[in-house]
Amino acid sequence: MNKSLILLKILITLIVDMKYKNLVITNPSELIFGQAPHPVETRRGLKIGGGQVYAELNFTLPMMSINNDTLPDVYRHYREIAEGALTRAVELNSQGVVLELETLLEMTKTPQIGIEIVKIMNGICEDFYQKHGLKSEIRLTPNDLREFERPAKQRTSALLDPMLELFEKGALAGGDLLSIESTGGKEVSDEALLMCDIKTIVFALSVLGVRDMRFLWKKIKAVADKNGKIAGGDTACGFANTAMVLAEQKCIPRVFAALVRVISVVRSIVAIEEGATGPHKDCGYEGVFIKAITGIPISMEGKTAACAHLSPLGNIAAAAADLWSNESVQNIKLLAGMAPTVYLEQLEYDVRLMNEALKAGKLETRILQKLLVDSDIYTDPQALILAPENVIRISNALIKGDTYVANARNGALEAIDIIEEALQSGKLKLSDLETGYLPVLRDDLNSIPDKESDFIETMLPMLDQSKFILSEYGL
Amino acid sequence: MSNLIEEIALCVESGKVNAASPYPPNMKGQPGSDELTKQALEEGVSPDDILNKSLVVAMNKVGQQYSENKIFVPQMLLAAKAMAASMQHLKPFFQSGEVKRKGTFIMGTVFGDLHDIGKNLCCMMIEGAGWEVIDLGVDVQAEKFINELNKHPNAVVGLSALLTTTMVNMGVIISSIREKYPKAKVAVGGAPVNLDFAKQINADQYGKNPQELIGWLDKIAV
Repeated sequence: MNKSLILLKILITLIVDMKYKNLVITNPSELIFGQAPHPVETRRGLKIGGGQVYAELNFTLPMMSINNDTLPDVYRHYREIAEGALTRAVELNSQGVVLELETLLEMTKTPQIGIEIVKIMNGICEDFYQKHGLKSEIRLTPNDLREFERPAKQRTSALLDPMLELFEKGALAGGDLLSIESTGGKEVSDEALLMCDIKTIVFALSVLGVRDMRFLWKKIKAVADKNGKIAGGDTACGFANTAMVLAEQKCIPRVFAALVRVISVVRSIVAIEEGATGPHKDCGYEGVFIKAITGIPISMEGKTAACAHLSPLGNIAAAAADLWSNESVQNIKLLAGMAPTVYLEQLEYDVRLMNEALKAGKLETRILQKLLVDSDIYTDPQALILAPENVIRISNALIKGDTYVANARNGALEAIDIIEEALQSGKLKLSDLETGYLPVLRDDLNSIPDKESDFIETMLPMLDQSKFILSEYGL
Repeated sequence: MSNLIEEIALCVESGKVNAASPYPPNMKGQPGSDELTKQALEEGVSPDDILNKSLVVAMNKVGQQYSENKIFVPQMLLAAKAMAASMQHLKPFFQSGEVKRKGTFIMGTVFGDLHDIGKNLCCMMIEGAGWEVIDLGVDVQAEKFINELNKHPNAVVGLSALLTTTMVNMGVIISSIREKYPKAKVAVGGAPVNLDFAKQINADQYGKNPQELIGWLDKIAV
């Protein structure tokens, strides 16, 4: 063994094992919407996971450029979005709303733009709080600029500076829930998704992703602590959501997309290990596993996210949601009004139903959850793995190993077991094209060793190392 | 001779790159498109026949199977890899002009945008359909497209975008291209793009999916 390999092995052993060794929620019947063992209370009094579900509205600009000439229009759009949504929330007797500002490139690259938007929206939130008692908060989600450099310099890029500036000053401007959809490992996973290369997905998420999450979330948590804000969470959008969308477009098998979601948990959980308290973000749909393992509240999206992408998870995604979201909708005019206002209404009616069930009692809550689950569970393997009893099974597998790599593998293997059991029972039906992948995926997963250093050693020669920089991951 | 043409086509269709490649399992140990193309050229098979009667035919079949949801993208990518292995042997004939492709297609994701999964799929399928593809990557400014057009003045340009705030950059790029190359053909595609928008920015074609785009390219190549 050469010296660099020995050094690599030493460095790898310095990575701490996964913190969570036991589930916080062990009983599927306790994995329920609106209730999290560790609720989060916000500045204006939202108790997320504390007994009711709130709407989380996500939005974006309509077709337009962002430059100095259009900035007044950009600000006008965000003002209109916040005012329209909160006005409708008051009219619908909403108990509270989260507005997610997921910034676009220009708003992060020039943090002042993002900060100004937060200020505008926070002013409106405060105004509605004072005048109407409506509780609302802003989730500030800067986009991860680092992927603009290829290969990305995850740790040394100058692009980290504006991202962190936006976190810091945006938090001070009223962005109370800090989140991101970070992209560590995406350089490797994009091609692996298209090739259905499960071992490379495990490498991207449980080796590269985990390291990048640890690096980034130390910084985000420090910003949150310094400014008295809430470190929310980091969803695997560029991995699990991308896989689902590709499966929806029939590019890759649905069984593969289901496994990518499970594997992404070991990467997303690092935010919580670094001190994030939730609410976890929505679009990777891995939040239910995070909730079972850590007990933090989560945001989920389902049928109300059809404005952004199609999915097979419309109802079942709500089964354990603490915030109910719509992924993203453009600020365009629909017959009823502006699209974000329309989507706020849709979200509100969904959460009103869930909250009514919670008020009515355990039995009613479980009946509603059962209907949400049963209406989707056997329509798609991705839905199947989100059913509470399966979430608990998979979550147990996701924590039983000593390393992130082993846990990613174990979780994915458990998911395959669940899919195969459902196939054997005849409840889940999949084409031969889909089922043909299952034994191949199982074999590939079984070939992954427990020890991370052994896994890295076998994977590195097979990867195109011009696409990522090992040292940028501390390797 | 015709057997070799068919065997190469089978390798491409099956994603069999070379004798060492493990996929597909039922062809383990057998020569792949790499070895068979070399052999065919040594035996005097015309490189033009290899390209048009073997590789393009096989990739068309693969594209058709994909359109009919009979295979997923990984199978298509493996086929593309097998085709690329053959193309390595044909390279000298392209350079000498002995073999010609249908045309050149320059593609990139517009500036401000990093989404490239759709673009990569398009590039792969268009190459498989017999076009030379120049992939400029992501976050591409107008100048880069023009620089490439300077080298390939008859090339067709493809622009991809996935955001409502970057799709507008397609119009900017098309205007810049047309200033220097008024007759340049440009196709656009991506999640927020539609036919109306394509018309609005004077694009020649809206590609709803790679297959539609290939159909249009093949028409204008004639």
